[in-house]
Amino acid sequence: MNRSTIAIAKRWGYHGIDALKKASPGYFMIMGFFALLTLIGAVVGVHGMITGYHHVYNVSREISWGILISAYVFCVVTSTGLCIISSIGHVFGGEAFMPIAKRAVFMSIIFILGGFCIIFFDIENPFRMAIYNVISPNLSSNMWWMGTLYGAYLVFMIIEYYFLLEQNHSLSRLMGFFGLVVGIAAHSNLGAVFGMLHGRPFWYGPYLPIYFIFSAGMSGGCAILFVTTLAWKINPSIMNLRMERAMKAVCQVTIFLISTIIFFTIWKIVTGMVSHDKSLVIMSMINGDYSVNFWVFDIFFGMVLPLFLLFLSRGTNYNMILWATGLMMIGIFFMRYDIVIPGQMVSVYHALGVEEGLEIIKYKPSFHEIMATLFGLSFIGFAYLAGEKMLNGHQLEKHEIVPEGGYICPGCGAIHFMQEGESEQDAMKRQHNIW
Amino acid sequence: MNFLKIDLERLKNEGTSTVTSKERRNFLKLGLAITGVYAGGKILSLSSTFGVAHASGTDFVEKYPYNPHYSMVIRQSLCIDCEKCVDACNKTNHVPKYGYRTRILTRKYQGQLDKKVEFIPVLCNHCNDAPCVRACPTKATYKDAVTGIVRMNSKKCIGCKTCMLACPYDARYFSAERHAVDKCDFCWEERLSKGETQTGCSSACPTGARTFGNLTDPNNIVFKLVHQLEESVWVLRPEDGTKPNIFYMKGNMLSVDNILKGQKFIYSGPSGS
Ligand code: SF4
Ligand code: SF4
Repeated sequence: MNRSTIAIAKRWGYHGIDALKKASPGYFMIMGFFALLTLIGAVVGVHGMITGYHHVYNVSREISWGILISAYVFCVVTSTGLCIISSIGHVFGGEAFMPIAKRAVFMSIIFILGGFCIIFFDIENPFRMAIYNVISPNLSSNMWWMGTLYGAYLVFMIIEYYFLLEQNHSLSRLMGFFGLVVGIAAHSNLGAVFGMLHGRPFWYGPYLPIYFIFSAGMSGGCAILFVTTLAWKINPSIMNLRMERAMKAVCQVTIFLISTIIFFTIWKIVTGMVSHDKSLVIMSMINGDYSVNFWVFDIFFGMVLPLFLLFLSRGTNYNMILWATGLMMIGIFFMRYDIVIPGQMVSVYHALGVEEGLEIIKYKPSFHEIMATLFGLSFIGFAYLAGEKMLNGHQLEKHEIVPEGGYICPGCGAIHFMQEGESEQDAMKRQHNIW
Repeated sequence: MNFLKIDLERLKNEGTSTVTSKERRNFLKLGLAITGVYAGGKILSLSSTFGVAHASGTDFVEKYPYNPHYSMVIRQSLCIDCEKCVDACNKTNHVPKYGYRTRILTRKYQGQLDKKVEFIPVLCNHCNDAPCVRACPTKATYKDAVTGIVRMNSKKCIGCKTCMLACPYDARYFSAERHAVDKCDFCWEERLSKGETQTGCSSACPTGARTFGNLTDPNNIVFKLVHQLEESVWVLRPEDGTKPNIFYMKGNMLSVDNILKGQKFIYSGPSGS
């Protein structure tokens, strides 16, 4: 290592490959598992690409978007959510949220990259996309906006992360703001990709673009709690008073957002039941093919159980939070699946009363589809574990935003404010009631 | 599994009796200004006066947005599900085994004295307000500015399949051979651009259920069928506001044939045999 890389490493809190080497054998094994799965997923995906997706994927003319799209949605929803929740702190100055910023921004980049990995194996001609998205844009297409805005979002997030590492807080804040705006625009456009399709009553309407934003917030809160409590398991020293306070704050926001989504879901179901167009789908969720997905994963693991456990944890019982949010991540994955697939189950000719349109159209993901999904998901897992070690648990120390007039207390790690004419020492004594 | 009971009575064509003459006149005006039979989803059936249509003369013709404005009228009761059209389409356009550009749907009426079956040919409606065209990120699918045919520029297709979901008529599939989505182009590439006047399916249909032509030409069969007085004409899924160019009518009444008198139309044997 030459001098300048050492300097950067120090500034960024980058501990390099050496930190990985010091990891325990168990840690290595889990990381190796994810790395292997990423590799196998990629190989299987490429195999499918060469053989031709229509031989190996179960998507069809009617159900053209399968598990890959739903996994993509899962990843980008989580990424946007991480960006939204963390922006409360490092963009809008909500002090309690500041300590989560670095890990959240890092993970939001990783999640969107994971999403791009997955969609790479869904788009039939990904290489054409790079060309014609640029030279033949259709400005009235939500799909175009979604792709373009998410591209811009990734760029902003990377720049933001760079400035976070560099501790250039005014620029990181500015980039964070752009990233947030573009991310939200991209994300509601993703909702609109679904919401603006005629003939798909389960999706059609303004519900999805709005729901997606709130749902992103919920996913983001859940993801932050999950990755932080997991990081705490990996390295307990990441918790300090400031982080504890941040966990409490994120926990509260997440509880609020889960309640909001429960509210959304109830009305989606109730209105759907009385709609001639939607009731077939709604009934399949309530007591048909999708009832296990719906009741067990969407409702129980995705909302009710985490709501209860997070409440019980009071934001301080990290083991409980870890379990709650871990299960919730699985539940959320199913939630995305249960938006994407059921929306296509009813034939467009159903209302015409023809034989061909009577039955619900079935779909089960194929081996290739599942492996291509795992390619992206295990990439996320691998990058997370590597990041925790190499970036030293995204430790805070000097890596956060300190508002004017404040300083980071060497004792507790929280930000303290000095009153006029007060020295740091006096302020600390006052804050901690030491006389 | 439980399925919804379809209220067939409701699905039925409203018939001309439910449409007041004022509505009819308004509707006709609408039909003249914007093609595609559509009136806020309320009126499923179009009934216009042949005479009135003529009375408005060339004015009317000029208002169709395309010229020639290709369109197809499907006379539903004449379809016997022989699927000769489907075969002809597959052959003409090299459609792979796993795909189709057109198909015949079957509707059974139950609970009536005699169980009745009806066959409904469906294909791309070449919508004037095509959701697929709006949805495509790269303009790989587009509305031909001259003919109004919704066509594909295959090399631009990235295969995102948004158009397949955007289409409310299930008219698209992904063709691995073309590396792009494929759909009906009214046989533009294989026939019309080479000077033919009929599509593969319409020329293969032995009963005359599919009639293809130019909606801007008052002497053309599709113009006459759409603007005749005696029978109702409707489109599929008018509520989506896509302004389709495939029109449906029963086509079993003698009146239609009267209208068509003087128009050479062959009822038996494909391709004018
Ligand atoms: S029927 Fe479908 S494919 Fe044809 S123009 Fe309309 S939306 Fe597009
Ligand atoms: S699949 Fe092809 S034609 Fe269809 S929307 Fe995507 S790029 Fe356009």
